[in-house]
Amino acid sequence: MTNANNTTDQPGLFPAGLSYRETWGEWFDRHSGTFFIAPAVTLILIFAIFPTFYSIVFALSRVKFSADGLKFRFVWFQNFQKQFLTNEQIHFLGRLEGMNAIGWIFSLAVIAAVVWWLYRSVRSGASWIGMTGRLISAAMAIGLALLLGATLLYGNQWGTLMTTLFYVVVGCSIQFVIGTGLAFLCSQPIAGKSFFRVIFFIPLMITPLGVGYAFKMILDITKGPFQPFWEFIGLRDWAWSTDAWAARWFIVVGDSWQWIPFIFIVMLAALENVSKDQVEAAQVDGASSVQIFRDIIWPQIVPVAATVILIRMIEAFKIVDLPNIMTSGGPGIATESMSLHSFFLWRANDYGSSAAVAYLLLIVTVILCSSFFNYVVLKQLRKAHA
Amino acid sequence: MSDATYKLEKTNRTLMERLFEPPAIGKMSPVANVVAYSILVFWSAFVLFPLYWVVITAFKDSKVVNEGPYYLPFVDFQPTLDGWRAQFATDQFCDPYAIGRQVLLLAYNSVAFVLSPLVNLQPMEPQICKVYLAFTNSIVISVVSTTLCIVIGSMAAYALARIQYKPKFGNIFMFVLLTLLAIVATTYAGVHWFAAATVGLALFFLLARAFGKHFRARLGNGDILFWIISQRILPPVVVVIPVYMMFQAVGMIDTHFALILVYAVANLPIVVWLMHDFFANLPIELEESAQLDGATRLGIFWDIVLPLTRPGLAAVTLLTLILNWNEYIFAVFLSTSKAQTMPIMVAAKNAGERGILWWEMCAVIVVMIIPVIIMAILLQRFIAKGVLLGAVKG
Repeated sequence: MTNANNTTDQPGLFPAGLSYRETWGEWFDRHSGTFFIAPAVTLILIFAIFPTFYSIVFALSRVKFSADGLKFRFVWFQNFQKQFLTNEQIHFLGRLEGMNAIGWIFSLAVIAAVVWWLYRSVRSGASWIGMTGRLISAAMAIGLALLLGATLLYGNQWGTLMTTLFYVVVGCSIQFVIGTGLAFLCSQPIAGKSFFRVIFFIPLMITPLGVGYAFKMILDITKGPFQPFWEFIGLRDWAWSTDAWAARWFIVVGDSWQWIPFIFIVMLAALENVSKDQVEAAQVDGASSVQIFRDIIWPQIVPVAATVILIRMIEAFKIVDLPNIMTSGGPGIATESMSLHSFFLWRANDYGSSAAVAYLLLIVTVILCSSFFNYVVLKQLRKAHA
Repeated sequence: MSDATYKLEKTNRTLMERLFEPPAIGKMSPVANVVAYSILVFWSAFVLFPLYWVVITAFKDSKVVNEGPYYLPFVDFQPTLDGWRAQFATDQFCDPYAIGRQVLLLAYNSVAFVLSPLVNLQPMEPQICKVYLAFTNSIVISVVSTTLCIVIGSMAAYALARIQYKPKFGNIFMFVLLTLLAIVATTYAGVHWFAAATVGLALFFLLARAFGKHFRARLGNGDILFWIISQRILPPVVVVIPVYMMFQAVGMIDTHFALILVYAVANLPIVVWLMHDFFANLPIELEESAQLDGATRLGIFWDIVLPLTRPGLAAVTLLTLILNWNEYIFAVFLSTSKAQTMPIMVAAKNAGERGILWWEMCAVIVVMIIPVIIMAILLQRFIAKGVLLGAVKG
């Protein structure tokens, strides 16, 4: 197990007849491989793996309170079935009646693209593990395309799944574009950039809870600082918290305020690692800033960009504090993320459904993040190391 | 930044060229400068305004807050200390020594808990007002759990970078199966959890001994590392109910110990991931020569490896500290009164029938963010470097 040097194995080190007794320190060193990793593995097993399995029990049971604690009754996949097929469908998936031409065209286009992609990977001879992974990603893509066609493109109400994806996709894109842009500006030769760097970094330090309340306060129509502005544009009696789209966008604004600094600092460090000689050589040759960014800088920072988006994506799926504080998931369920959905179900003592929704979130997160990792991040990293 | 000063070849330039073209390599054109500065200043305002609003709201009273927006203290409205008095001047336990007293009390209580099988020491009740209690709890919990997490995480990361592990796939499968059996036995058949866990573990070791040599498929270090990192994907809502029940089963709800452990585990993936890259990038020759000189592995780790990775260690520590300081979901589930942290105090200002007490809440938020902002300003370069190394090499 270990490759630690072991002096006791060497023959002839001790005179014959004198048996060597290992000290505790030597025994510990011989097993250091186990001792180094055992605490971490044990803690993760107890507090992450065991609870994850235990959640399955919740998700597959109907949980009742009784005098002596909780009572579990095994109900197979009823809790999951409920989210997809029965009364809870609108809450989780959204309203699914009807699908118009645009929806069908979009879904069919996605299905065709996915099938073409699968066909090409079969032709290029992917291993069976790779194919299984691709099939799962493909199924997810088709399911999401159909869902998008049936809800967003038809103008139907969204469920918590779509809202979570909205926060992840739109939030991450905005944060990446603005964060990288600011990092690019701060990597230019301008005076006072260390000042801006410190200022831009601050929001990352603040508790999401505080960010939520600060934005709730600032965006207040009648008592917030922008009250004259709202009145000026004639929105005196309008409340953004009752408008589904406005509420979603304001939550994305709050989330971006907090997380752009993260993208910013990582991308700034990446930009500062770009070799200056190449950039200056291109400048001497008369290349424009756009050309320099596209052809010299961008290829060097893509691997970092892909990784930082992945990290941000993983965290974005867990969003719960901001919608909970700013809108409590309202109006209706318009801003409710899946984490919040699960939290509300738990508060309503529906432990089984709560665990089922949490599990669905885990499944969606794992599939989307590992797809992104396999098809985008790994590709870029390989390209960079090649 | 470049200190190249050589000029572009053309000397007599038109007005448009003067405006849009950089005067020298490594400089920016006037127009680009103006655009860049306006964007940077606008963004600084966007970043700072919410903070400014929180700080001035902390000095308003209910009347000023409810009347509408007032922007400038002393000009628009008269600042008051209402929000602060409601926190810091409630009873005689709100004195400046409260935090020190509470830390001593926690130390005494932990000793009493450890010695409880031997000596009968009664744990003391805290004599402290709520906000100081929460502040102390936040400090104690985040510092202790960060320390724990860094120690355990960097040891595991070092081991994964330097020692070959080959766990057998069959053994892991067996472990998972036995865990599931133990869970099902406790929930549906009413077996006591302690009995189930003991029997399960004993069975696992016996079976691993008996059948272990027949399993062939093995996993490598890369698989273990990926497994640890992937725990970060786990949304807290998936595990928080079972974790709550576990701590309830051993009677540890609302203790510092529970939060310390949970926070440490939640951040372990980040620590292992980032530290692994630092360790893997160290030249191995140093450690090899130390090993030849007879140093133990723990000695090498402590005396040679850790000092070499000090900047990375600082960055990861700071990151973990901030994440722990701000954590909310686990704190809500696992603490009721004695172990409450600052985020709970913030949220508590939303609970009463008087609506949200903005001025009191903002005072708490200000108290909460001042330490982290100071740390951020002092150490932000560290974090960028640390996170970057992990991100690029990961």
